[in-house]
Amino acid sequence: MERWFLNASTLCFLVGFAYTMFALGAGVARPSRWNFLVMLTGFICQTEYLHQRGQAVGRCPVTNLFEVLVFLSWSVVLLYFVVGGTYRLSLLGTFTAPFVFLIQTLAQLLPSASLPAVQKVSAGFWAELHAAVSLMAYGAFALACVAGVMFLVQERLLKRRQTGGVFQNLPPIATLAAATQRVMLAGFVLFTLGLIGGFFAGSARDAIKMMAVSVWLPYGLVLTLRWTHRYSSRRFAWLSVAAFIVALTSLGALSFFHLNK
Amino acid sequence: MQVVCLGLSHKTAPVELREKFAIGDAHLGEVAVQIASVPEIGEAVVVSTCNRVEYYVASEDAAAALTVLTRRVGDPSVFQQMRGAESIRHLFRVVSGLESMVLGETEILGQVKKAYLTAQAAGTTARHLNKLFQRAFNVAKEVRTKTSITRGAVSVGSAAVDLAEKIFGKLDHCNVMILGAGETAEMTARSLQSRGAKAIFVSNRTYERAHSLAEQLGGRAIHFDEWEREFHSLDIVIGSTGAPHAVVSREKLVPLMQRRADRPLFCIDLAVPRDFEVSVNDLDGVYLYDIDALQGIADASMQVRRSELARCEEMIERHVAEFSEWLATPRTSMPMGAQPEEAK
Repeated sequence: MERWFLNASTLCFLVGFAYTMFALGAGVARPSRWNFLVMLTGFICQTEYLHQRGQAVGRCPVTNLFEVLVFLSWSVVLLYFVVGGTYRLSLLGTFTAPFVFLIQTLAQLLPSASLPAVQKVSAGFWAELHAAVSLMAYGAFALACVAGVMFLVQERLLKRRQTGGVFQNLPPIATLAAATQRVMLAGFVLFTLGLIGGFFAGSARDAIKMMAVSVWLPYGLVLTLRWTHRYSSRRFAWLSVAAFIVALTSLGALSFFHLNK
Repeated sequence: MQVVCLGLSHKTAPVELREKFAIGDAHLGEVAVQIASVPEIGEAVVVSTCNRVEYYVASEDAAAALTVLTRRVGDPSVFQQMRGAESIRHLFRVVSGLESMVLGETEILGQVKKAYLTAQAAGTTARHLNKLFQRAFNVAKEVRTKTSITRGAVSVGSAAVDLAEKIFGKLDHCNVMILGAGETAEMTARSLQSRGAKAIFVSNRTYERAHSLAEQLGGRAIHFDEWEREFHSLDIVIGSTGAPHAVVSREKLVPLMQRRADRPLFCIDLAVPRDFEVSVNDLDGVYLYDIDALQGIADASMQVRRSELARCEEMIERHVAEFSEWLATPRTSMPMGAQPEEAK
């Protein structure tokens, strides 16, 4: 039954994805209540899936790469709702649906997706908190990446004077630059809290700690450069994308280490 | 009961005639009362804007009502007479902006609403015109929301303002500088001001001209050789000098941009020959639009609006048919000024 909820949520994001493609193609991409409803339904299904999965494994369901990616996509959608009305009214939601659909589909294609849920020993409060908060930070980084891509699209259209179609429906570049910065900062704070939790848990290997720091440092550097106005909004948007690729690579590596622990 | 309309507009009469027949806002109710008090006419609404003067009446005898109206205006030759479905269709087209000078403009809806409320307050509307105007406002809403008839900027000034909002969001923290003192630049600055632009600086080779324009705009005049000093605080620069060469070169802009702490700069070049070097658009955070680019945006928007005409007319036609059917349905009439039963 738990898998039914996961499939239903993936289907919801697929519908959101299809809508985005259609809207972009037709040049009528605009926020709609319908799109919001699809996202909300997908989120409810995701939550129920993670709840049931958590009960089945007897701990926070982040025990393999499949679960990690599902938890990550859940975090992205959660943050999309939490970030607030301003961004929900923008096309952030429209761009979030395809992103979440791709992550969740990738998760379901992994070999670990077909493994049955097995009751596991709890890793302890701090370790589970560390994992959950860190993944939520990844969700924020993903959302910052989405906002950064939207900035780059809108900026390119402005420079090239292509002011029809999707340009009309994308938010102002100043709003997108501010959103990217704010969401990345939220992710950075969460990641820092996750790191502290990880050190309290004390079970992590040095390699894992190194990898966590390898995500924390680039984001810290990018944000510092941004605050000191060393980087333009365009470079900052590119960095939000690049940093997320680094973070995703590190997430894959972290999962590998966890599995081999 | 029939709806009748007698009217003239920018399509049928030049401004000299329109101003002759125009009725001031203060007199709209009074004129409506005079018309509605004629026995042949049951209800009346008078619309008068800079582009049209129109009398809408509801009467059992359309021919007699038109005779009364033409006698009243004095010079019937310049007025267009409409009755039945034609007058209903005309009102729906007017409120939807299809009859406006700028296709799809929305100001007319507010003007017609105001005229209707004036007539209603004067007691010259009853069941038929109330229903007609309420339906007209619904039609306008439907046309605006379901089609792209009001979409996009259709003038150079509004295209520039829309772009500014796509860069900065709200304009209430934006400082604007006009280089030169051209008429289009002034209009664009006024449009930016109407959307909240914070401060306007005017810099011109002739300081007196800059001073005069700055005074009109409530801004500040700056000597032409000093405009660069204010550059760090600017967000939007409008170029409209008559200089034979570019006033703002890439070479000049690079060091100025470094002092701006990553704030975007929107350059609106309305001058011919152009005031900005084309290559400034390649600089990070600089967005340059010249007069042709802005005109292109306005033309494209107008093209979109024109392509939506058929859909709008289809929607309107459906409502005309429904309203005509309602009007043709026999029912006991309520005399003018009579109160509904429950209100007595």
